[in-house]
Amino acid sequence: MLSRTCVPVLALALVWSTGAAAQQYKAEVLHWWTSAGESAAVKVFADAFAKAGGTWVDNAIAGGINARAAAINRMVGGNPPTMAQFNTGKQFDELVSNELLRDVDAQAQAGKWRDLMPKAIVEAITRDGKAYAVPVNVHGQNWLFYNTKIFADAGLDPPRTFPELLETGEKLKARGVIPLALGGQPNWEHNLFRAVLVGQAGADVFRGVYGTRDPAVAKGARFKEAAEIFGRMRALVDPGSPGRNWNDAASLVITNKAAMHFNGDWAKGEFVAAGQTAGKEYGCTIVGESGGLVIGGDVFVFPATGDKAVLAAQDRLAGILLDPDAQIEFSKRKGSIPVRMDLDVSSMDACARKAHDVLRDPANQIEAMELLSIPNFSGAMQDAVTQYWNTPGMPAEAFVDKVVAAMRDAG
Amino acid sequence: MNSISIQAPRAGVLVRRGRRRVGRGLPAALALLPTALVVLVVYVGCMLWTVRLSFTGSTLLPRYDWVGFAQYVRLFANDRFLTSAGNIVIFGILFITGCLILGFLLAVFIDQNVRGEGVLRTIFLYPYAMSFIVTGVAWQWFLNPGLGLQKLMRDTGFPGFTFDWLVNPDMAIYTIVIAGIWHGAGLTMAILLAGLRGVDSDLWKAARVDGVPAWRYYLSVVLPLLRPMVVTATVLLATGVVKLYDLVVAMTLGGPGISTEVPAKFVMDHLFERNNIGLGTAAATIMLIAVVSILAPWVYARYVREEGGRV
Repeated sequence: MLSRTCVPVLALALVWSTGAAAQQYKAEVLHWWTSAGESAAVKVFADAFAKAGGTWVDNAIAGGINARAAAINRMVGGNPPTMAQFNTGKQFDELVSNELLRDVDAQAQAGKWRDLMPKAIVEAITRDGKAYAVPVNVHGQNWLFYNTKIFADAGLDPPRTFPELLETGEKLKARGVIPLALGGQPNWEHNLFRAVLVGQAGADVFRGVYGTRDPAVAKGARFKEAAEIFGRMRALVDPGSPGRNWNDAASLVITNKAAMHFNGDWAKGEFVAAGQTAGKEYGCTIVGESGGLVIGGDVFVFPATGDKAVLAAQDRLAGILLDPDAQIEFSKRKGSIPVRMDLDVSSMDACARKAHDVLRDPANQIEAMELLSIPNFSGAMQDAVTQYWNTPGMPAEAFVDKVVAAMRDAG
Repeated sequence: MNSISIQAPRAGVLVRRGRRRVGRGLPAALALLPTALVVLVVYVGCMLWTVRLSFTGSTLLPRYDWVGFAQYVRLFANDRFLTSAGNIVIFGILFITGCLILGFLLAVFIDQNVRGEGVLRTIFLYPYAMSFIVTGVAWQWFLNPGLGLQKLMRDTGFPGFTFDWLVNPDMAIYTIVIAGIWHGAGLTMAILLAGLRGVDSDLWKAARVDGVPAWRYYLSVVLPLLRPMVVTATVLLATGVVKLYDLVVAMTLGGPGISTEVPAKFVMDHLFERNNIGLGTAAATIMLIAVVSILAPWVYARYVREEGGRV
């Protein structure tokens, strides 16, 4: 949060300082991987690029929103970086339609991306049949992390469905632990809601809400059922939750104060930093009958350019990002899994291996909200979810009305 | 805001004099020209551009179509914007009055020739030297029921003590007010103290001779004399109200729910996070209209009527 104020200044300083002319294999890479684990991860790519004879100019801007704004401003302004990070999804739609991005379809065909990567990810980088971004990893967003000791002490098994989770939660609460640790900020409340929606109502309802924005789906019985379960989960959260950061929520599980925590696999970084091992002190599982994993990830886009040296550097970068070793090493540090499904992940942790197994079945690949939805609608949904979550007396019907209104507004 | 409205008429005066005494007036007018241009092009130009964009369906990038008042219709049907507008009124009134009252009391207190005045002045002014982000994070910790005041009181033997405003949707906006007053009262004190030091001490002696109690002296004699300082402090605090953003982001992120959302955050979120330039600029335009409609009568009274009266 501190970064909010200093970021624009930093960004400006970086933009001004990196406007030098391109040389052979010089690549300015704009990204927002600034935490310890993230910068270790991106260093894997930087080192590989340096080994291949390139000069990697690292332009890290804290905060995804700030970094994307900087990248977009520079592309529109005609002084783009060589390569810029985005999340898989619709964030770069308008950049493609304004012809600001280079299409990487030749690389995609040569590298057989369409065979090696999850279909949802390939579709998310494709516009009008052409690939416009290089995916680097896959993040699962609906993991349940749980404290193995608390569950063992209580003689309980981690829940497999959400009705089971409510029951288990009440039992844990009676034992004096916080059943569910939640970072009570709107985006994490929304993340929890999506985990419930996909697990309880299934992938079709999830896609119907976020993808096609079909009011009939939102008014349907399955959506309402999921909304009611989500509403009942308020009772499983401690009073200190509102405003809490997600990493503080994860640390409640790490320190045996809370039993469960829903988050993306990036939360593993917190457990690892505390010296814990997946499958030992903490476990990870997917709750819900479908068992599908909501996946998103990070991509790099190449701003369009006529400069041959830059084009050559971009070609080289595309190869390095998808190099098998770099893929594994990057994801180990980042907490994600490789985007290439043909790699051997046996050297990775238990959660990553589980994710890899789950994703082998295409039916389990559920594209994340960022891939399905436009930011405008996602934001309106977030407002609706956070209102519902924080107004204990609000009935599920009123929430459904808000969701339908958000769908209508988003067009 | 302040600087624009003050500079504009003066530049006019200089230009008028310049015609009579070119040798002296012209360089001054030239020196002011860049500022005037920046104000016109950057401030006014961007304002007009923002208003124009609010009538478009722009999403990630600006588009120049025309959708009429569609964005405004959506805006006034938006729960979050309505909550934001209500919150800024609550915050504005309580924050400005709170800072003025507390600042005045502190200034009067320091003006009593207390020992260690320098130290106390520094302590009271110190919060203002901190950014709203630091202020927000510190107060978030302090008011968090599981970490701060409530836990401290319960641990020290008051198990029934409850102070959970920060996580209570009905009360959370008042915690922002508390943090804001803590941050702004010191500055108000400094401004009013400067004014107090300019009050003739003979007045105090005269009041004493007449047997006027101290509180009456401050309220009826000193406060009217401090009017210019109070106006200055109010204007400075009011700009803080309009741009309120970082304190909320650091303290509550608009939560719990949408209970502490403010207009500036609504604009920022829609412009940069939600790729909804149309709705964001519509909200910004409404903010501009609100500020102008509060400011216009004051500017009119201060400059237009006074000048008209004098000439």
